[in-house]
Amino acid sequence: MKPVSEPVPEPSLGSASQGTWRTSLTSLAQRYPLPIAGVLLAVWILLYNTIEPLSRWLTTQMLGLSLDTHLGSAVQFFLYDVPKVLLLLTLIVFIVGIIRTFFTPARTRQLLAGKSESIGNVLAAMLGTVTPFCSCSAVPLFIGFVTAGIPLGVTFSFLIAAPMINEVALVLLWGLFGWQIALLYLVTGLTIAIVAGWIIGRLKLERYVEEWVYAIPATGHADPDAPLTWRERVQAGWDAVGEIVGKVWPFVMIGIGIGALIHGYVPEDFMASFMGKDAWWSVPLAVLMGIPMYTNAAGIIPIVEALMGKGAALGTVLAFMMAVIALSLPEMIILRKVLKPRLIAIFVAIVGTGILFVGYLFNLVI
Amino acid sequence: MKTITVYGPGCARCKQTEEVVRKAIAASGVEAEVVKVTEYQEIAMAGVMATPAIAVDGQLKIAGKVPSVADVQKLLS
Repeated sequence: MKPVSEPVPEPSLGSASQGTWRTSLTSLAQRYPLPIAGVLLAVWILLYNTIEPLSRWLTTQMLGLSLDTHLGSAVQFFLYDVPKVLLLLTLIVFIVGIIRTFFTPARTRQLLAGKSESIGNVLAAMLGTVTPFCSCSAVPLFIGFVTAGIPLGVTFSFLIAAPMINEVALVLLWGLFGWQIALLYLVTGLTIAIVAGWIIGRLKLERYVEEWVYAIPATGHADPDAPLTWRERVQAGWDAVGEIVGKVWPFVMIGIGIGALIHGYVPEDFMASFMGKDAWWSVPLAVLMGIPMYTNAAGIIPIVEALMGKGAALGTVLAFMMAVIALSLPEMIILRKVLKPRLIAIFVAIVGTGILFVGYLFNLVI
Repeated sequence: MKTITVYGPGCARCKQTEEVVRKAIAASGVEAEVVKVTEYQEIAMAGVMATPAIAVDGQLKIAGKVPSVADVQKLLS
């Protein structure tokens, strides 16, 4: 225990390898947080309003393409949508990153413990949308919930909502489909998580949880979080931007690229015959196809948006998207550590049915 | 001598965390031993609900995120 050299007190909380410009930017932001935030927001708004005309200008003037051609419209679509989605993502992920510092898994568990089942389902689904969660944490989180006496069904409400409703999916839906569809996705996703969890609770499936889970004593779970300062919360927001936007941008580019090609080259109404409203079998097919597919929302939503432009029905598209995001094979394999196959099958069947229902409902209503 | 425990089932973020910890130890010159816990059962027993997580001498310090080298250095000093 002998510190050779006391590390120089560095103003930045980020790692030193991230470059000096970032360090100085961070220290500046820490000294004048509000003015800097104001300036950044103004820059953001300016950029956001520039990209549409800029994408037209780049396509027609720089590249000399007409917007009436297949190539021209595909290029303009790409040049407009990629920066738009990335800008929206940066802003929202930053805000959500700050909100999430208030909802650690340990705190979420504390909020859920001792709640009656129905209220617990609703609360768990809502907390699932804001609690930081990655599928590799699903098992420790599951054990933490169950050993704290949170009912199995309530735990499932959380586990269904957490991957299905996340800021990346909502931002992409908002950016590419409009806020109405994003809201629709949020509400139906929450409903599925609440109802599916409630049903699982009613079915009394505790015996299909691996026995060793219940053998773990309910240790006073450690919560490392000393109350954070606002500086640390804002830093967490930046970290989230670096981590999440840094990870999904290639998917956004590829997804929108494929979407742009579909927009430009696939004939109108091409999808209507097999993903349209009239094909009753298209919803179950979309769900079945979605389960083994594993990509994040950033990759799938732009493609799905393009398909809708070619005559695919909203309900079908929504069902496909939910199946891809919420029912992923890798997560089931991870959950197999704590759940017996029977319970995983029931989980998939119930959530799948919920998604089917949503698909048919929207094809019927809209 | 400190003991740094890294909890994580072996996902990419957990491996990243281990690297960060080793870098921080090397950079600070503190004598420390790194223990990796990958078994779900053990992770749960330690009260960890979000991985990757780091404990110093048995005390949970960071959970659910990949820390920066500077963060870990602070824990070591």
